Amino acid sequence: MIETIQFTINGIAVGCIYGLVALGFVLIYKAGEVVNFAQGDMMMLGAMLAVTLIVTYKLDYWLGLAIAIALMMALGALIDATVVRRIVGFPQFSTVMLTLGLGFILRSAASFVWGPDARTLDTPFSAGVWRFMGVTVSHTYASLIIGTFALCAVLFVVFKYTRIGNAMQAASENQLAAYYMGIPVKAYLSLVWAISAGVSTCAGVLLAPVALVDVNMGSIGLKAFAAAVVGGFGSIPGALVGGIVIGLVEMYAGIKLDTAWRDASPYLVLLAVLLLMPQGIFGSSIRKKV
Amino acid sequence: MRYVFKTRYEQDLSLTRHGGDVFWYSILLIGAAFLPLVMGSYQLGELSLLLIWVIGGLGTMIVVGYSGQISLGQAAFIGLGAYAHAVMLKIGIPFLLSLPASALLAGAMGLAIGMPLTRLHGIYLAIGTLAFASVAEQIFAHWEGVTGGLRGMAVQPPEIMGLKLDSGPSFYYLCLALAIACPLGVINWLRSPTGRALIAIRDSEIAAKSMGVNIVYYKAVAFSASAFLSGLMGALLAHKISYLAPETFGPLLSIQMLMLVVVGGLGAVHGAYFGAAFIVMLPVAISAAKQFMPQSISQQPAIEPGLFGIILVLFIIFEPTGMYGRWQKIKYFFAVFPLYKVASFRRQKTYMRTERLK
Repeated sequence: MIETIQFTINGIAVGCIYGLVALGFVLIYKAGEVVNFAQGDMMMLGAMLAVTLIVTYKLDYWLGLAIAIALMMALGALIDATVVRRIVGFPQFSTVMLTLGLGFILRSAASFVWGPDARTLDTPFSAGVWRFMGVTVSHTYASLIIGTFALCAVLFVVFKYTRIGNAMQAASENQLAAYYMGIPVKAYLSLVWAISAGVSTCAGVLLAPVALVDVNMGSIGLKAFAAAVVGGFGSIPGALVGGIVIGLVEMYAGIKLDTAWRDASPYLVLLAVLLLMPQGIFGSSIRKKV
Repeated sequence: MRYVFKTRYEQDLSLTRHGGDVFWYSILLIGAAFLPLVMGSYQLGELSLLLIWVIGGLGTMIVVGYSGQISLGQAAFIGLGAYAHAVMLKIGIPFLLSLPASALLAGAMGLAIGMPLTRLHGIYLAIGTLAFASVAEQIFAHWEGVTGGLRGMAVQPPEIMGLKLDSGPSFYYLCLALAIACPLGVINWLRSPTGRALIAIRDSEIAAKSMGVNIVYYKAVAFSASAFLSGLMGALLAHKISYLAPETFGPLLSIQMLMLVVVGGLGAVHGAYFGAAFIVMLPVAISAAKQFMPQSISQQPAIEPGLFGIILVLFIIFEPTGMYGRWQKIKYFFAVFPLYKVASFRRQKTYMRTERLK
């Protein structure tokens, strides 16, 4: 029983990270209908930057994190403004290929700068554990869950209660109407890319103490896809719930079945969801009008 | 500019447009047949690899370029073909039987996967096929009794009726024969009602449906045909690399297949040749260029994926019709020589069309 709770907590913690990366997908998808296959690589780049700032340049953890987020937000906005904006209105296929190509570029740029070695990151809260009734929760895992929920709360407040957030929602709901209302849609799309890059940087930094930080860290993006689809692509709470579902499935598949199943389970869940309930848990049902 | 004036019905049925085509393709064919006389074994090997990629590229071209479905799962079919072929050779099935059998097996798999998956659209299809390929890679890696698991598996050399085909020229001729037969078959197939249905689905699914095209059936057929050719590529590739490891058939291979069709030219059989040449030649060109680079750059393993990415992005933005599209523009420029207008191939300005429908 205690073990079960333990595994559940760890599964939720890892799932939160999937959820955060999925959140990055969902934000960009909602705003511009671009599926960003480079999201995992953006997370990797953010984590690499943060680790470099904190470990190599010996900055304070929070300062390093803030600088890394700021840099990645700038990069996200730059990618949108210079590359992604050019293919607005092209078929879906172009956006898929474009973001795949961007992912390649980011990954090889990172391996040019940082090389193939894996790095680790010590956090100010990585030492201790909490114990309740035999269940141990390490501070690292707690930080994943708390960090995720804090970030989501901030995003929720921004989207719900600020002028900027409302404008972004308007732009993602109906671009043309937003233009007519005087909202600078292009600037807001770039802003969404910036936020998405910032969120994935946070995900990377939160994940860093649990996993190794290396150039291939971005492959988590695939599992985050599963999370986004399970939650219903385009739903922000859905991304988080989907992430937790995938995290739990992966954790239990690893324990109850053997490793082959652990690695394949997120994709099997993804396929099952796509085939049986393509709108996901939180997605709105969509009917095509001719 | 040449206007073909049709006087006989056979001209509509003919695969070539006019005598010039026949002349140039014959020269190409004769050149290809005599290449082993002048080329070293390394170049010949690279050329065989190119021809193998052409076959797989055709498969991707059918599903992506002609039926308009995004498939990120081609590697699964290539892997299936490769492993099936290697296993069949190992248990003693002759090469001539095993090659089509492995391709057919991949084709059947494509049909089985295509039926449910083709209900998905756009990005969902891309993600679904990617997930399928990831599952397939796990199966290759963990089904140790058959695939040899992570240790990999050796492939026996091809042999037809006691004649070993493992040397450079003979394997080259095998690849050449298939890389000529497959495109001819595909071209003919695409001119049939099935091919026209696929193109109709690509251009507008709703219009195709209202004309009575059975969308699910034709999409599954496209997947199956594509998987068949991918399986054939896999079986040949197995001989080329002669040792199968699961990571060969990872997501990277699927992405390379897509890159092949995008860079080659979507929706053109010629594009498969151009794209295959690009995919095979780029690493060769990079390694040739390395001696002119400073040590610190030439030692980097990441040059190749980075360059692939940059070229892909540039093609998507500046030349979405690929190398074949560019070639046609160049041809058109000379055909109408002083009269070329900038507007001849100008792309229309487009606006975001939502796929989220309410």
